Amino acid sequence: MRPVLSAVFALGFGLMFGFGLILSGMTDPANVKGFLDVAGAWRPALAFVMGAAVLVALPIFQWTRRRGKALTTDTLEAPPQTIDAPLLIGAAIFGIGWGLSGICPGPAIVWLGLSPAAIVPFLLAVIAGALLARLFQRDQAPASRN
Amino acid sequence: MVIDTSGIAAAVEGGALVGLAAGGLYLTTGRIAGVSGIFGDLLTRTPALWRVAFIAGLVLAGLAARLAGARVPASLGTGGALLVIAGLLVGFGTRLGNGCTSGHGVCGLARLSRRSLVAVVVFMLSAMVTVFVARHGLGGTP
Repeated sequence: MRPVLSAVFALGFGLMFGFGLILSGMTDPANVKGFLDVAGAWRPALAFVMGAAVLVALPIFQWTRRRGKALTTDTLEAPPQTIDAPLLIGAAIFGIGWGLSGICPGPAIVWLGLSPAAIVPFLLAVIAGALLARLFQRDQAPASRN
Repeated sequence: MVIDTSGIAAAVEGGALVGLAAGGLYLTTGRIAGVSGIFGDLLTRTPALWRVAFIAGLVLAGLAARLAGARVPASLGTGGALLVIAGLLVGFGTRLGNGCTSGHGVCGLARLSRRSLVAVVVFMLSAMVTVFVARHGLGGTP
């Protein structure tokens, strides 16, 4: 039953995450570009999205880590800590795509509910890009996994 | 649900909800709410049930907002080739860099991960430079 219980929590928190993104203004690409456009008429509001999110999430993450286990499982996901070239290059490339469109993956998935026809080309391209990265990584030294 | 796209109050409220959801997922399932990773894993192997459920929750939130008549953005503002190119870059970059605004930006910072802090600084700067070049850099004023 544990996987089912995890899925119930994931569904609920996915809903909450999505409502948060919509409420915050992150699902409006014009808003995101307004935030990124520091040289234009800068709209700093979206800095408060990440700020508030981290402030709320931080004590929960730290407390959970101190607990050493989650409620439905004894293991906590532990991403790698290495700061390497793929991390830097990947983040830089993601930033270019985010800047061009004003869309990052979370809001893109929410858009599947808002207006599927508009976002499907973007999501298909995201899938293609991820597959290309996988091919690229296969040619490189074993890459770190999150 | 009222969406004030320029409002700091809405940004704080929405952000707090996002943080509560990310923290809640970690506390209950031990999982990191990194949307690019969860979405990517949906497509590459037999997806774990929780991943399907989390993505379904995101989609349902959008659907519910639309059906409830919430003020939602009318369009993406980007289409055609540019939208596809942006998607390719987002997909490639988040896979190579193991995360996006949610995984590195919210969860990573909340985990006090130095690796995620570096990623956030790099993608923020990269996105800001991109918008600068697109809007001001080439002499155009779109």
